[in-house]
Amino acid sequence: MAGMSTSASNDDLHWYFSQVKGTMDEDVSEPDIISTVEFNHDGELLATGDKGGRVVIFQREPLTKSSEARSSEYNVYSTFQSHEPEFDYLKSLEIEEKINKIRWLTRRNQAHFLLSTNDKTVKLWKVSEREKQAVGFNLRDEEGRQRGVIQPNSLIVPRYEPMELMIEASPKKVFANAHMYHINSISVNSDDATYLSADDLRINLWNLEITDRSFNIVDIKPENMENLTEVITAAEYHPQECHTFVYSSSKGTIRLCDMRQAALCDEHAKIFEEPEDPNSRSFFSEIISSISDVKFSHNGRYMITRDYLTVKVWDMNMESRPVETFQVHEHLRSKLCSLYENDCIFDKFECCWNGSDSAIMTGSYNNFFRVFDCNSKKDVTLEASRENSRPRALLKPKKVSQGGKRKKDEVSVDSLDFNKKILHTAWHPQDRIVAVAATNNLYIFEGNTTVHPR
Amino acid sequence: MSGSPDLVPQDEPQAPFKTPSGIERQQEEMLKSKYPNLKPKGGSSLLQKRMQQKTKYFDSGDYNMARAKMKSKQEPPPEVKQLNQVTGDHMPTPDEIPRVRKQSQSNLVISSAINS
Repeated sequence: MAGMSTSASNDDLHWYFSQVKGTMDEDVSEPDIISTVEFNHDGELLATGDKGGRVVIFQREPLTKSSEARSSEYNVYSTFQSHEPEFDYLKSLEIEEKINKIRWLTRRNQAHFLLSTNDKTVKLWKVSEREKQAVGFNLRDEEGRQRGVIQPNSLIVPRYEPMELMIEASPKKVFANAHMYHINSISVNSDDATYLSADDLRINLWNLEITDRSFNIVDIKPENMENLTEVITAAEYHPQECHTFVYSSSKGTIRLCDMRQAALCDEHAKIFEEPEDPNSRSFFSEIISSISDVKFSHNGRYMITRDYLTVKVWDMNMESRPVETFQVHEHLRSKLCSLYENDCIFDKFECCWNGSDSAIMTGSYNNFFRVFDCNSKKDVTLEASRENSRPRALLKPKKVSQGGKRKKDEVSVDSLDFNKKILHTAWHPQDRIVAVAATNNLYIFEGNTTVHPR
Repeated sequence: MSGSPDLVPQDEPQAPFKTPSGIERQQEEMLKSKYPNLKPKGGSSLLQKRMQQKTKYFDSGDYNMARAKMKSKQEPPPEVKQLNQVTGDHMPTPDEIPRVRKQSQSNLVISSAINS
Protein backbone atom coordinates (compact mmCIF):
# COMPACT_ATOMS: atom_id res chain seq x y z
CA MET A 1 0.00 0.00 0.00
CA ALA A 2 1.68 3.22 -1.11
CA GLY A 3 1.90 5.83 1.58
CA MET A 4 1.76 3.40 4.48
CA SER A 5 4.41 3.61 7.14
CA THR A 6 7.87 2.82 5.89
CA SER A 7 9.20 1.52 9.18
CA ALA A 8 10.99 -1.80 9.41
CA SER A 9 9.01 -4.86 8.53
CA ASN A 10 7.08 -6.57 11.28
CA ASP A 11 7.76 -9.96 9.78
CA ASP A 12 10.95 -10.56 11.74
CA LEU A 13 9.03 -9.80 14.86
CA HIS A 14 8.75 -12.50 17.45
CA TRP A 15 6.42 -12.23 20.38
CA TYR A 16 7.39 -13.09 23.94
CA PHE A 17 5.38 -13.53 27.06
CA SER A 18 5.84 -10.70 29.52
CA GLN A 19 3.19 -10.99 32.21
CA VAL A 20 -0.27 -12.28 32.99
CA LYS A 21 -2.65 -10.77 35.53
CA GLY A 22 -5.63 -12.49 37.09
CA THR A 23 -6.37 -15.81 38.73
CA MET A 24 -5.71 -19.20 37.29
CA ASP A 25 -8.98 -20.56 38.70
CA GLU A 26 -10.96 -22.64 36.28
CA ASP A 27 -14.08 -21.05 37.72
CA VAL A 28 -14.38 -17.62 36.19
CA SER A 29 -16.26 -15.18 38.39
CA GLU A 30 -18.51 -12.98 36.19
CA PRO A 31 -17.43 -9.62 37.59
CA ASP A 32 -13.80 -10.42 36.77
CA ILE A 33 -14.43 -10.69 33.05
CA ILE A 34 -12.44 -7.92 31.39
CA SER A 35 -14.63 -5.81 29.12
CA THR A 36 -12.23 -3.15 27.87
CA VAL A 37 -8.46 -2.49 27.63
CA GLU A 38 -6.85 0.84 26.77
CA PHE A 39 -3.35 2.31 26.86
CA ASN A 40 -3.04 6.02 27.57
CA HIS A 41 -1.37 8.34 25.05
CA ASP A 42 2.23 7.64 26.01
CA GLY A 43 1.68 4.02 26.99
CA GLU A 44 2.81 4.55 30.57
CA LEU A 45 -0.60 3.57 31.86
CA LEU A 46 -2.82 0.67 30.87
CA ALA A 47 -6.44 0.69 32.00
CA THR A 48 -8.83 -2.25 32.14
CA GLY A 49 -12.54 -2.27 32.90
CA ASP A 50 -14.50 -5.33 33.95
CA LYS A 51 -18.04 -6.62 34.15
CA GLY A 52 -18.13 -5.80 37.84
CA GLY A 53 -17.80 -2.09 37.05
CA ARG A 54 -14.23 -1.84 38.32
CA VAL A 55 -11.33 -0.08 36.65
CA VAL A 56 -7.76 -1.25 37.23
CA ILE A 57 -4.91 0.93 36.00
CA PHE A 58 -1.44 -0.51 35.55
CA GLN A 59 1.73 1.55 35.28
CA ARG A 60 4.82 0.61 33.37
CA GLU A 61 8.04 0.05 35.29
CA PRO A 62 9.92 3.35 35.27
CA LEU A 63 13.09 3.70 33.28
CA THR A 64 16.12 2.57 35.26
CA LYS A 65 19.54 4.15 34.89
CA SER A 66 21.04 1.14 33.12
CA SER A 67 21.40 1.17 29.39
CA GLU A 68 19.26 -1.95 29.03
CA ALA A 69 16.06 -1.82 27.05
CA ARG A 70 13.11 -0.59 29.04
CA SER A 71 11.09 -3.22 30.84
CA SER A 72 7.61 -4.05 29.62
CA GLU A 73 6.48 -4.86 33.14
CA TYR A 74 3.25 -3.27 34.26
CA ASN A 75 2.16 -3.09 37.89
CA VAL A 76 -1.01 -1.94 39.58
CA TYR A 77 -1.16 1.82 39.89
CA SER A 78 -4.74 2.45 40.90
CA THR A 79 -8.05 0.66 41.11
CA PHE A 80 -11.55 1.94 41.77
CA GLN A 81 -15.20 1.09 41.43
CA SER A 82 -16.36 3.15 38.48
CA HIS A 83 -19.95 2.06 38.06
CA GLU A 84 -22.49 0.28 40.23
CA PRO A 85 -25.47 -1.74 39.06
CA GLU A 86 -28.64 0.27 38.85
CA PHE A 87 -32.30 -0.54 38.52
CA ASP A 88 -34.55 1.58 36.35
CA TYR A 89 -37.84 1.20 38.22
CA LEU A 90 -39.90 2.93 35.57
CA LYS A 91 -38.93 0.51 32.81
CA SER A 92 -38.19 -2.48 34.98
CA LEU A 93 -34.71 -2.68 33.58
CA GLU A 94 -31.48 -3.58 35.17
CA ILE A 95 -28.56 -1.36 34.17
CA GLU A 96 -25.38 -3.38 34.19
CA GLU A 97 -22.29 -1.95 35.77
CA LYS A 98 -20.10 -3.49 33.10
CA ILE A 99 -17.56 -1.01 31.73
CA ASN A 100 -18.06 -0.91 27.98
CA LYS A 101 -15.28 1.51 27.11
CA ILE A 102 -12.48 3.51 28.67
CA ARG A 103 -10.90 6.44 26.85
CA TRP A 104 -8.04 8.57 28.17
CA LEU A 105 -7.97 12.33 27.91
CA THR A 106 -4.81 14.05 26.72
CA ARG A 107 -2.57 14.91 29.64
CA ARG A 108 -2.89 18.53 30.67
CA ASN A 109 -1.39 18.52 34.15
CA GLN A 110 0.10 16.14 36.70
CA ALA A 111 -3.14 14.23 37.06
CA HIS A 112 -4.53 11.67 34.61
CA PHE A 113 -8.10 11.83 33.36
CA LEU A 114 -10.17 9.10 31.77
CA LEU A 115 -13.72 8.57 30.65
CA SER A 116 -15.36 5.28 31.54
CA THR A 117 -18.83 4.24 30.49
CA ASN A 118 -21.37 1.53 31.13
CA ASP A 119 -24.61 1.12 29.13
CA LYS A 120 -26.13 4.40 30.27
CA THR A 121 -23.71 6.70 32.07
CA VAL A 122 -20.33 8.17 31.20
CA LYS A 123 -18.04 9.27 34.03
CA LEU A 124 -14.93 11.42 34.05
CA TRP A 125 -12.37 10.17 36.55
CA LYS A 126 -9.34 11.99 37.84
CA VAL A 127 -6.38 9.88 38.94
CA SER A 128 -3.75 11.83 40.84
CA GLU A 129 -0.73 11.24 43.01
CA ARG A 130 -0.37 12.61 46.47
CA GLU A 131 3.03 12.69 48.08
CA LYS A 132 2.58 15.29 50.75
CA GLN A 133 0.12 15.98 53.49
CA ALA A 134 -0.63 18.98 55.62
CA VAL A 135 0.35 18.66 59.27
CA GLY A 136 0.51 20.95 62.25
CA PHE A 137 -3.04 22.20 62.56
CA ASN A 138 -4.01 24.32 65.56
CA LEU A 139 -7.52 23.09 66.18
CA ARG A 140 -6.95 19.36 65.83
CA ASP A 141 -4.10 16.94 66.25
CA GLU A 142 -2.75 14.53 63.63
CA GLU A 143 -5.44 11.95 64.40
CA GLY A 144 -8.19 14.49 63.98
CA ARG A 145 -9.06 14.86 67.61
CA GLN A 146 -9.81 18.31 68.83
CA ARG A 147 -7.02 19.92 70.74
CA GLY A 148 -7.68 21.37 74.14
CA VAL A 149 -7.43 25.03 74.97
CA ILE A 150 -5.17 26.85 72.58
CA GLN A 151 -2.92 29.51 73.90
CA PRO A 152 -2.87 32.54 71.60
CA ASN A 153 0.87 32.82 71.82
CA SER A 154 1.48 29.19 70.96
CA LEU A 155 -0.12 29.14 67.50
CA ILE A 156 1.71 27.08 64.92
CA VAL A 157 1.70 27.40 61.17
CA PRO A 158 0.59 24.27 59.35
CA ARG A 159 3.09 22.91 56.87
CA TYR A 160 3.39 20.23 54.18
CA GLU A 161 5.37 17.14 54.91
CA PRO A 162 6.26 14.30 52.57
CA MET A 163 4.22 11.11 52.87
CA GLU A 164 4.10 7.74 51.23
CA LEU A 165 2.88 7.97 47.64
CA MET A 166 -0.88 7.60 47.42
CA ILE A 167 -2.85 7.32 44.20
CA GLU A 168 -6.31 8.81 44.43
CA ALA A 169 -9.12 8.34 41.98
CA SER A 170 -12.15 10.59 42.14
CA PRO A 171 -15.15 11.01 39.88
CA LYS A 172 -15.15 14.54 38.54
CA LYS A 173 -18.14 14.52 36.20
CA VAL A 174 -21.09 12.23 35.65
CA PHE A 175 -22.76 12.46 32.26
CA ALA A 176 -26.09 10.74 32.75
CA ASN A 177 -29.58 10.40 31.32
CA ALA A 178 -28.71 11.10 27.71
CA HIS A 179 -29.06 7.64 26.22
CA MET A 180 -32.19 5.58 25.78
CA TYR A 181 -30.25 2.68 24.31
CA HIS A 182 -27.00 0.98 25.25
CA ILE A 183 -23.85 3.05 24.88
CA ASN A 184 -21.36 1.18 22.70
CA SER A 185 -18.68 3.84 22.13
CA ILE A 186 -17.13 6.99 23.50
CA SER A 187 -14.51 9.00 21.68
CA VAL A 188 -12.60 12.06 22.85
CA ASN A 189 -12.25 14.80 20.25
CA SER A 190 -8.81 16.08 19.27
CA ASP A 191 -9.95 19.48 20.53
CA ASP A 192 -9.66 18.08 24.09
CA ALA A 193 -12.85 19.89 24.97
CA THR A 194 -15.59 17.65 23.66
CA TYR A 195 -16.36 13.98 23.23
CA LEU A 196 -19.05 11.84 21.65
CA SER A 197 -21.04 8.94 23.05
CA ALA A 198 -22.89 6.55 20.77
CA ASP A 199 -25.70 4.11 21.46
CA ASP A 200 -27.61 1.83 19.08
CA LEU A 201 -29.54 4.65 17.45
CA ARG A 202 -28.07 7.98 18.50
CA ILE A 203 -24.80 9.80 18.89
CA ASN A 204 -24.45 12.66 21.38
CA LEU A 205 -21.85 15.39 21.61
CA TRP A 206 -20.71 16.50 25.06
CA ASN A 207 -18.57 19.24 26.45
CA LEU A 208 -16.24 17.71 29.03
CA GLU A 209 -17.14 20.46 31.49
CA ILE A 210 -20.91 20.30 31.13
CA THR A 211 -22.91 17.39 32.44
CA ASP A 212 -26.48 18.61 32.37
CA ARG A 213 -26.85 18.75 28.64
CA SER A 214 -25.57 17.11 25.50
CA PHE A 215 -26.17 17.77 21.85
CA ASN A 216 -27.62 15.06 19.63
CA ILE A 217 -25.67 14.87 16.37
CA VAL A 218 -26.86 11.61 14.82
CA ASP A 219 -30.31 10.07 15.14
CA ILE A 220 -31.20 7.04 13.04
CA LYS A 221 -34.29 6.05 14.98
CA PRO A 222 -37.16 5.41 12.55
CA GLU A 223 -40.64 6.83 13.17
CA ASN A 224 -41.92 3.33 13.50
CA MET A 225 -39.64 0.91 15.28
CA GLU A 226 -41.04 -1.88 13.13
CA ASN A 227 -39.06 -0.35 10.27
CA LEU A 228 -35.78 -0.60 12.11
CA THR A 229 -33.17 -2.09 9.79
CA GLU A 230 -29.85 -0.81 11.02
CA VAL A 231 -28.17 0.11 14.31
CA ILE A 232 -25.01 2.02 15.16
CA THR A 233 -22.30 -0.33 16.34
CA ALA A 234 -19.25 1.92 16.91
CA ALA A 235 -18.19 5.54 16.52
CA GLU A 236 -14.90 7.40 16.64
CA TYR A 237 -13.57 10.90 16.14
CA HIS A 238 -10.85 11.54 13.57
CA PRO A 239 -7.48 11.77 15.39
CA GLN A 240 -6.67 15.19 13.98
CA GLU A 241 -9.75 16.74 12.37
CA CYS A 242 -11.96 17.88 15.20
CA HIS A 243 -15.03 18.17 12.96
CA THR A 244 -14.88 14.65 11.52
CA PHE A 245 -16.15 11.41 12.98
CA VAL A 246 -17.20 8.02 11.66
CA TYR A 247 -19.81 5.54 12.77
CA SER A 248 -20.26 1.94 11.72
CA SER A 249 -23.48 -0.01 11.39
CA SER A 250 -24.89 -3.50 11.73
CA LYS A 251 -25.22 -3.59 7.94
CA GLY A 252 -21.49 -3.29 7.35
CA THR A 253 -21.37 0.36 6.33
CA ILE A 254 -19.30 3.19 7.74
CA ARG A 255 -20.53 6.75 7.52
CA LEU A 256 -18.23 9.71 7.83
CA CYS A 257 -19.81 12.90 9.11
CA ASP A 258 -18.59 16.47 9.06
CA MET A 259 -19.93 18.53 11.95
CA ARG A 260 -19.42 21.74 9.98
CA GLN A 261 -21.97 20.65 7.43
CA ALA A 262 -25.01 20.69 9.67
CA ALA A 263 -25.99 20.61 13.31
CA LEU A 264 -27.62 17.21 12.88
CA CYS A 265 -25.31 14.86 11.01
CA ASP A 266 -27.95 12.44 9.77
CA GLU A 267 -26.69 13.12 6.26
CA HIS A 268 -23.29 11.54 5.86
CA ALA A 269 -20.46 13.25 4.01
CA LYS A 270 -19.08 9.90 2.91
CA ILE A 271 -20.30 6.33 3.07
CA PHE A 272 -17.88 3.43 2.98
CA GLU A 273 -19.49 0.27 1.73
CA GLU A 274 -18.16 -2.77 -0.04
CA PRO A 275 -20.39 -3.76 -2.94
CA GLU A 276 -22.07 -7.09 -2.37
CA ASP A 277 -22.83 -9.74 -4.95
CA PRO A 278 -26.59 -10.27 -4.60
CA ASN A 279 -26.18 -13.88 -5.70
CA SER A 280 -23.95 -14.68 -2.78
CA ARG A 281 -26.39 -13.57 -0.10
CA SER A 282 -27.31 -16.01 2.60
CA PHE A 283 -29.17 -15.90 5.88
CA PHE A 284 -25.88 -15.12 7.57
CA SER A 285 -24.64 -12.41 5.20
CA GLU A 286 -25.98 -9.46 7.10
CA ILE A 287 -25.13 -10.82 10.52
CA ILE A 288 -21.49 -11.49 9.68
CA SER A 289 -21.13 -8.17 7.90
CA SER A 290 -22.13 -6.25 11.03
CA ILE A 291 -19.16 -4.14 12.05
CA SER A 292 -18.15 -4.60 15.68
CA ASP A 293 -15.34 -2.04 15.82
CA VAL A 294 -13.91 0.85 13.83
CA LYS A 295 -10.53 2.49 14.46
CA PHE A 296 -8.76 5.31 12.68
CA SER A 297 -5.06 4.88 12.02
CA HIS A 298 -2.85 7.21 14.06
CA ASN A 299 -2.17 9.32 10.99
CA GLY A 300 -5.89 9.57 10.22
CA ARG A 301 -5.53 8.47 6.59
CA TYR A 302 -6.93 4.98 7.05
CA MET A 303 -9.38 3.15 9.23
CA ILE A 304 -9.90 -0.51 10.04
CA THR A 305 -13.26 -2.18 10.60
CA ARG A 306 -13.87 -5.55 12.19
CA ASP A 307 -16.74 -7.75 11.18
CA TYR A 308 -17.29 -11.33 12.24
CA LEU A 309 -14.79 -13.00 9.93
CA THR A 310 -12.50 -10.23 8.65
CA VAL A 311 -10.64 -7.00 9.34
CA LYS A 312 -10.86 -4.49 6.50
CA VAL A 313 -8.53 -1.58 5.87
CA TRP A 314 -10.14 1.47 4.29
CA ASP A 315 -8.43 4.44 2.67
CA MET A 316 -10.35 7.51 3.81
CA ASN A 317 -10.22 8.78 0.25
CA MET A 318 -11.87 5.72 -1.24
CA GLU A 319 -15.42 4.82 -0.32
CA SER A 320 -16.07 2.17 -2.92
CA ARG A 321 -14.28 -0.71 -1.28
CA PRO A 322 -11.60 -1.49 1.33
CA VAL A 323 -7.96 -1.43 0.21
CA GLU A 324 -7.32 -4.65 2.06
CA THR A 325 -9.32 -7.46 3.62
CA PHE A 326 -7.63 -9.73 6.13
CA GLN A 327 -9.26 -13.07 6.94
CA VAL A 328 -9.27 -13.54 10.69
CA HIS A 329 -10.76 -17.02 10.95
CA GLU A 330 -12.20 -18.10 7.62
CA HIS A 331 -12.42 -21.63 9.02
CA LEU A 332 -15.50 -20.50 10.95
CA ARG A 333 -17.58 -20.02 7.82
CA SER A 334 -18.35 -23.72 7.78
CA LYS A 335 -19.52 -23.48 11.39
CA LEU A 336 -21.92 -20.57 11.02
CA CYS A 337 -24.94 -22.70 11.78
CA SER A 338 -23.68 -23.77 15.20
CA LEU A 339 -22.20 -20.34 15.88
CA TYR A 340 -25.66 -18.90 15.30
CA GLU A 341 -27.19 -21.44 17.64
CA ASN A 342 -24.79 -20.71 20.46
CA ASP A 343 -24.97 -16.95 19.83
CA CYS A 344 -21.23 -16.68 19.18
CA ILE A 345 -22.00 -15.18 15.80
CA PHE A 346 -22.97 -12.02 17.69
CA ASP A 347 -19.63 -11.73 19.51
CA LYS A 348 -18.15 -8.27 19.15
CA PHE A 349 -14.45 -8.41 18.44
CA GLU A 350 -12.32 -5.28 18.57
CA CYS A 351 -9.27 -4.43 16.48
CA CYS A 352 -6.34 -2.07 16.85
CA TRP A 353 -3.38 -0.54 15.02
CA ASN A 354 0.22 -0.49 16.17
CA GLY A 355 1.87 2.88 16.79
CA SER A 356 3.30 3.25 13.29
CA ASP A 357 0.12 2.08 11.53
CA SER A 358 2.02 -0.79 9.95
CA ALA A 359 0.31 -3.65 11.75
CA ILE A 360 -3.16 -4.64 12.95
CA MET A 361 -4.21 -6.93 15.77
CA THR A 362 -7.51 -8.59 16.56
CA GLY A 363 -8.76 -11.52 18.62
CA SER A 364 -10.39 -14.83 17.83
CA TYR A 365 -11.53 -17.95 19.71
CA ASN A 366 -9.54 -20.52 21.66
CA ASN A 367 -7.62 -17.58 23.14
CA PHE A 368 -6.01 -17.03 19.76
CA PHE A 369 -5.23 -13.57 18.48
CA ARG A 370 -4.06 -12.49 15.08
CA VAL A 371 -1.48 -9.94 13.94
CA PHE A 372 -1.43 -8.70 10.34
CA ASP A 373 1.32 -6.75 8.64
CA CYS A 374 -0.08 -4.03 6.39
CA ASN A 375 2.90 -3.93 4.06
CA SER A 376 3.81 -7.56 3.56
CA LYS A 377 0.23 -8.77 4.12
CA LYS A 378 1.64 -11.58 6.22
CA ASP A 379 -0.26 -12.75 9.27
CA VAL A 380 0.43 -14.76 12.39
CA THR A 381 -1.81 -16.52 14.91
CA LEU A 382 -0.70 -16.53 18.53
CA GLU A 383 -2.21 -17.90 21.70
CA ALA A 384 -2.64 -16.31 25.12
CA SER A 385 -2.29 -19.27 27.40
CA ARG A 386 -1.04 -20.08 30.87
CA GLU A 387 0.85 -23.02 29.42
CA ASN A 388 3.15 -20.64 27.66
CA SER A 389 3.67 -18.20 30.48
CA ARG A 390 7.25 -18.66 31.61
CA PRO A 391 9.06 -15.32 31.68
CA ARG A 392 10.22 -14.31 28.20
CA ALA A 393 8.77 -17.45 26.66
CA LEU A 394 8.60 -17.29 22.89
CA LEU A 395 5.12 -17.55 21.42
CA LYS A 396 4.96 -20.14 18.70
CA PRO A 397 2.63 -19.39 15.81
CA LYS A 398 -0.53 -21.48 15.74
CA LYS A 399 -2.45 -22.87 12.84
CA VAL A 400 -6.02 -24.04 12.53
CA SER A 401 -6.73 -26.85 10.13
CA GLN A 402 -10.00 -26.82 8.26
CA GLY A 403 -10.28 -30.03 6.42
CA GLY A 404 -9.89 -33.65 7.26
CA LYS A 405 -6.11 -33.90 7.18
CA ARG A 406 -4.72 -32.25 10.26
CA LYS A 407 -1.01 -31.74 10.32
CA LYS A 408 0.95 -32.16 13.50
CA ASP A 409 0.92 -29.01 15.69
CA GLU A 410 -2.27 -27.82 14.01
CA VAL A 411 -5.45 -27.27 15.95
CA SER A 412 -8.60 -28.76 14.50
CA VAL A 413 -11.47 -26.34 13.97
CA ASP A 414 -13.72 -28.73 15.89
CA SER A 415 -11.57 -28.52 18.99
CA LEU A 416 -11.65 -24.72 19.21
CA ASP A 417 -12.98 -23.49 22.52
CA PHE A 418 -15.61 -20.85 21.74
CA ASN A 419 -15.82 -19.81 25.38
CA LYS A 420 -12.24 -18.63 25.25
CA LYS A 421 -12.73 -15.50 23.20
CA ILE A 422 -10.34 -12.62 22.88
CA LEU A 423 -12.57 -9.63 22.22
CA HIS A 424 -10.37 -6.85 23.60
CA THR A 425 -6.78 -6.09 22.69
CA ALA A 426 -4.65 -2.96 22.85
CA TRP A 427 -1.32 -1.99 21.32
CA HIS A 428 1.14 0.35 23.02
CA PRO A 429 1.15 3.69 21.15
CA GLN A 430 4.90 3.58 20.49
CA ASP A 431 6.52 0.33 21.57
CA ARG A 432 6.07 -3.30 20.67
CA ILE A 433 3.94 -4.16 23.62
CA VAL A 434 0.43 -5.58 23.39
CA ALA A 435 -2.20 -6.17 26.04
CA VAL A 436 -4.61 -9.03 25.39
CA ALA A 437 -7.68 -9.70 27.53
CA ALA A 438 -8.53 -13.38 27.71
CA THR A 439 -11.79 -13.52 29.68
CA ASN A 440 -10.59 -12.74 33.22
CA ASN A 441 -6.86 -12.69 32.53
CA LEU A 442 -4.79 -9.86 31.12
CA TYR A 443 -1.74 -10.92 29.12
CA ILE A 444 1.09 -8.62 28.19
CA PHE A 445 3.35 -9.62 25.33
CA GLU A 446 6.46 -7.95 24.01
CA GLY A 447 7.74 -8.06 20.47
CA ASN A 448 11.39 -8.28 19.56
CA THR A 449 13.27 -8.73 16.33
CA THR A 450 16.16 -10.63 17.83
CA VAL A 451 15.40 -14.23 18.63
CA HIS A 452 16.32 -15.04 22.19
CA PRO A 453 18.68 -17.98 22.48
CA ARG A 454 16.98 -20.86 24.27
CA MET B 1 -21.06 -18.93 -8.83
CA SER B 2 -21.75 -21.26 -5.94
CA GLY B 3 -21.51 -24.99 -5.58
CA SER B 4 -24.61 -27.17 -5.69
CA PRO B 5 -25.71 -27.58 -2.08
CA ASP B 6 -28.13 -30.43 -2.75
CA LEU B 7 -25.34 -32.74 -3.85
CA VAL B 8 -23.15 -32.16 -0.83
CA PRO B 9 -23.89 -34.08 2.38
CA GLN B 10 -25.19 -32.14 5.35
CA ASP B 11 -22.27 -32.57 7.73
CA GLU B 12 -19.05 -31.23 6.20
CA PRO B 13 -18.16 -29.74 2.85
CA GLN B 14 -16.39 -32.42 0.85
CA ALA B 15 -15.34 -30.46 -2.21
CA PRO B 16 -12.05 -28.62 -1.58
CA PHE B 17 -13.03 -25.72 -3.82
CA LYS B 18 -16.22 -24.68 -2.11
CA THR B 19 -16.85 -20.94 -2.46
CA PRO B 20 -17.59 -18.87 0.64
CA SER B 21 -21.17 -18.26 -0.45
CA GLY B 22 -21.61 -21.95 -1.12
CA ILE B 23 -20.44 -22.77 2.38
CA GLU B 24 -22.78 -20.18 3.84
CA ARG B 25 -25.77 -21.50 1.91
CA GLN B 26 -25.00 -24.96 3.16
CA GLN B 27 -24.89 -23.67 6.74
CA GLU B 28 -28.17 -21.89 6.07
CA GLU B 29 -29.74 -25.15 4.94
CA MET B 30 -28.58 -26.84 8.12
CA LEU B 31 -30.12 -24.07 10.19
CA LYS B 32 -33.41 -24.18 8.31
CA SER B 33 -33.65 -27.91 8.69
CA LYS B 34 -33.35 -27.50 12.44
CA TYR B 35 -35.61 -24.48 12.75
CA PRO B 36 -38.16 -24.50 9.94
CA ASN B 37 -40.01 -21.49 11.35
CA LEU B 38 -36.99 -19.22 11.24
CA LYS B 39 -37.64 -15.91 9.51
CA PRO B 40 -35.74 -15.65 6.22
CA LYS B 41 -33.37 -12.85 7.02
CA GLY B 42 -34.03 -11.66 10.53
CA GLY B 43 -34.18 -8.00 9.69
CA SER B 44 -35.82 -5.72 12.16
CA SER B 45 -36.93 -8.51 14.50
CA LEU B 46 -33.30 -9.59 14.85
CA LEU B 47 -32.23 -6.04 15.63
CA GLN B 48 -35.00 -5.63 18.15
CA LYS B 49 -33.83 -8.83 19.82
CA ARG B 50 -30.32 -7.41 19.95
CA MET B 51 -31.48 -4.14 21.37
CA GLN B 52 -33.90 -5.69 23.77
CA GLN B 53 -32.71 -5.25 27.26
CA LYS B 54 -33.12 -7.85 29.94
CA THR B 55 -36.42 -6.87 31.42
CA LYS B 56 -36.90 -7.67 35.05
CA TYR B 57 -40.41 -6.99 36.11
CA PHE B 58 -40.95 -5.07 39.27
CA ASP B 59 -44.11 -4.85 41.33
CA SER B 60 -44.04 -1.89 43.66
CA GLY B 61 -46.86 -3.32 45.74
CA ASP B 62 -45.06 -6.56 46.45
CA TYR B 63 -41.84 -4.66 46.98
CA ASN B 64 -43.34 -2.39 49.61
CA MET B 65 -45.04 -5.28 51.33
CA ALA B 66 -41.79 -7.17 51.50
CA ARG B 67 -40.07 -4.17 52.99
CA ALA B 68 -42.83 -3.64 55.53
CA LYS B 69 -42.71 -7.30 56.47
CA MET B 70 -39.00 -7.04 56.98
CA LYS B 71 -39.27 -4.05 59.27
CA SER B 72 -42.11 -5.38 61.42
CA LYS B 73 -40.82 -8.89 62.01
CA GLN B 74 -37.18 -7.90 62.28
CA GLU B 75 -36.49 -10.99 60.25
CA PRO B 76 -33.22 -11.50 58.47
CA PRO B 77 -33.62 -10.57 54.80
CA PRO B 78 -34.90 -13.31 52.52
CA GLU B 79 -32.21 -15.53 51.10
CA VAL B 80 -30.38 -14.19 48.12
CA LYS B 81 -31.85 -15.36 44.85
CA GLN B 82 -29.88 -17.02 42.11
CA LEU B 83 -28.71 -14.48 39.57
CA ASN B 84 -30.68 -16.16 36.81
CA GLN B 85 -34.12 -16.01 38.37
CA VAL B 86 -36.18 -13.13 37.09
CA THR B 87 -39.23 -13.47 39.28
CA GLY B 88 -39.31 -15.78 42.21
CA ASP B 89 -41.10 -16.27 45.45
CA HIS B 90 -39.90 -13.05 46.96
CA MET B 91 -39.34 -9.48 45.88
CA PRO B 92 -35.86 -8.02 45.96
CA THR B 93 -35.21 -5.38 48.56
CA PRO B 94 -32.79 -2.48 48.05
CA ASP B 95 -29.88 -4.14 49.79
CA GLU B 96 -30.19 -7.08 47.48
CA ILE B 97 -30.14 -5.14 44.27
CA PRO B 98 -26.36 -5.14 43.91
CA ARG B 99 -26.77 -8.87 43.91
CA VAL B 100 -23.48 -9.65 42.40
CA ARG B 101 -21.45 -10.56 45.42
CA LYS B 102 -18.12 -9.58 44.03
CA GLN B 103 -14.88 -9.18 45.89
CA SER B 104 -14.10 -5.57 46.51
CA GLN B 105 -10.81 -6.02 44.73
CA SER B 106 -10.45 -7.26 41.20
CA ASN B 107 -8.37 -10.42 40.80
CA LEU B 108 -6.12 -8.47 38.45
CA VAL B 109 -5.02 -6.44 41.47
CA ILE B 110 -4.70 -9.37 43.87
CA SER B 111 -2.67 -11.50 41.49
CA SER B 112 -0.41 -8.56 40.68
CA ALA B 113 0.34 -8.10 44.38
CA ILE B 114 1.21 -11.77 44.75
CA ASN B 115 3.58 -11.80 41.82
CA SER B 116 5.43 -8.57 42.50
